Amino acid sequence: MPEKTWNHKKYLMPVIIALWFSFLFLPFKGIKAAILLFVILTFAIPLLKYALNLIKKIHLPADTFRGYVPSDKRYFFLLLVPLMTAPFFAEDYIIDVVINSGIYIILALGLNIVVGFAGLLNLGFVAFYAIGAYSYALINTKLGLGFWSAMPVSVLLTMLSGFLLAVPALRLRGDYLALVTLGFGEIVRLVLNNWDSFTKGPNGISGIMPPYIFNISLGKLSYYYYLVLIFVVISVFVIRRVHDSKTGRAWISLREDEIASSAMGINTTLYKLYSFAFGSFWAGLAGCLFAAKMRFISPESFSFMESVLILCMVILGGLGSIAGVVIGAVILVFLPEALRGVETYRMLAMGCGMVLLMVFRPQGLFGGKNVSIGS
Amino acid sequence: MSLLEVKALSKHFGGIRAIEEITFNTRSGIILSIIGPNGAGKTTLFNCLTGFLRPTKGSVVFSEKEISYLSADKINLLGISRTFQNIRLFKEMTVIENVMVAQHSKIRSGFLSAVIRSSNFKEEERIAKERSFEYLELLGIEAYAEKISGSLPYGAQRKLEIARALATEATLILLDEPTAGMNPQETDEMMARIKNLRELGKTIILIEHDMKVVMGISDRIIVLDHGVKIAEGVPYDIKNNPMVIEAYLGRETH
Repeated sequence: MPEKTWNHKKYLMPVIIALWFSFLFLPFKGIKAAILLFVILTFAIPLLKYALNLIKKIHLPADTFRGYVPSDKRYFFLLLVPLMTAPFFAEDYIIDVVINSGIYIILALGLNIVVGFAGLLNLGFVAFYAIGAYSYALINTKLGLGFWSAMPVSVLLTMLSGFLLAVPALRLRGDYLALVTLGFGEIVRLVLNNWDSFTKGPNGISGIMPPYIFNISLGKLSYYYYLVLIFVVISVFVIRRVHDSKTGRAWISLREDEIASSAMGINTTLYKLYSFAFGSFWAGLAGCLFAAKMRFISPESFSFMESVLILCMVILGGLGSIAGVVIGAVILVFLPEALRGVETYRMLAMGCGMVLLMVFRPQGLFGGKNVSIGS
Repeated sequence: MSLLEVKALSKHFGGIRAIEEITFNTRSGIILSIIGPNGAGKTTLFNCLTGFLRPTKGSVVFSEKEISYLSADKINLLGISRTFQNIRLFKEMTVIENVMVAQHSKIRSGFLSAVIRSSNFKEEERIAKERSFEYLELLGIEAYAEKISGSLPYGAQRKLEIARALATEATLILLDEPTAGMNPQETDEMMARIKNLRELGKTIILIEHDMKVVMGISDRIIVLDHGVKIAEGVPYDIKNNPMVIEAYLGRETH
């Protein structure tokens, strides 16, 4: 009886989900709280589903958030007004978080080129971020070059490393590529951690200079805010334009169907290489901005979890969607800050959030219908 | 002079001889059909001609160039384009974008001019879009231009695949079962469109199972069976060739 099995599933799934979450909750508050959570969730999930169904019935069109984002470019400048004036009224703490989210936006946009556009799952993206940050830090502290001359060099170095990784890695597909990139990320971190004579190992590099413009240090938070803002705007602008060109179309065709795209005369290997190099370009830039902001970097900042976080930003926002990725990055930087009050649970809350997102909106907040990666 | 010359082409998968010593050639401006029972090696032959499989032996000469060792994208740039038996569209892209991907090699302006949006870039994008639209019109699916291609009805998806193959501006088009899964009206329409392509000066090699289509539009027919070419000729000869009848229907026993 199909009717019966369907009902069966309907009632069993919430119980399993509740059991799972309460199991996760167990180490935090003990058995009592876990049981309470289990009971609440068992009833809350069907209720939530019921409510969602109701909402779906009321809310007829728009199964995507894309419709809510104005496509007219003129609105973009309206958005710039609060961003331009923010340092005048916001407190330093907020500005600091905004700067962080700016750096993560650049990173996530870079990863989006590789994962979202070209469809190559990269689990070691933080390696390029680290190479960008370390090359800037080393050039700056050892050779004494300033930000504006060291940054291009370190960005180029990062691009080169992206190329070097891509050459052997692109013989692989899907899961295997993901594993190789994951390995690359770890190799870079371990090298930075253990090459004491060059990178000072786990002690990290301190005394990195902030950027200067005409002898004015941009180390002050509000000045640095504008610097990051400019780079974010540039990155959105450039990536959008590349996306809407033959290069972007070639990437997306690669993601959609590699065989068909080579049948259309696209050199698939070359375009995969481009996507790696272009993606790591932005990671290098973000790394420079990070190093120049923190004035101190150590291998800890470039762990595997960082790669996962960046990937989460891309997936949360929606693979391949620039606006989505920007918003995904902002959410994932602000959310932990907003949840600082409940310090212990914030990772749990974020995890739950991601799970719920994947269950109810696997394509991300702004993504298309059935973009998949790694296939 | 022949446009495509295939000489003693073989493809072996381990011990399996998918195609064996196939030789044929085609003039330009004709419709050549390749028929044969299931598993005869028709699609393998297509894959060898378009660079998706490297032939084990033999040579393929296209416009006096040896192409059997080239990769798929290089062969496409030389002017051979194909469709697939199981439709392979860029499903998340719009219909017009699908066709614009095929214009890839026709757009010269690169990365930097895309970023600064030079006038050259804009002009080329405009031309590419216009041309793509013309190809959609040629196949009669221009009404879908801004739709996501994955959402198109089946027949329109097949047409879009052909439009996309044409948009690479190839002179030789390989169609792998263009009327598979279509009803009689759609099949008739597709036949007319394929004939129309011949009028436009394209050379077409066609894999087809529908004998009405094959006999109706082909200038020449090649019959494969178990990887070997068993007959070649005009439709009338093929229809009456005892070997072909045997391959399809089996030997007569008394």
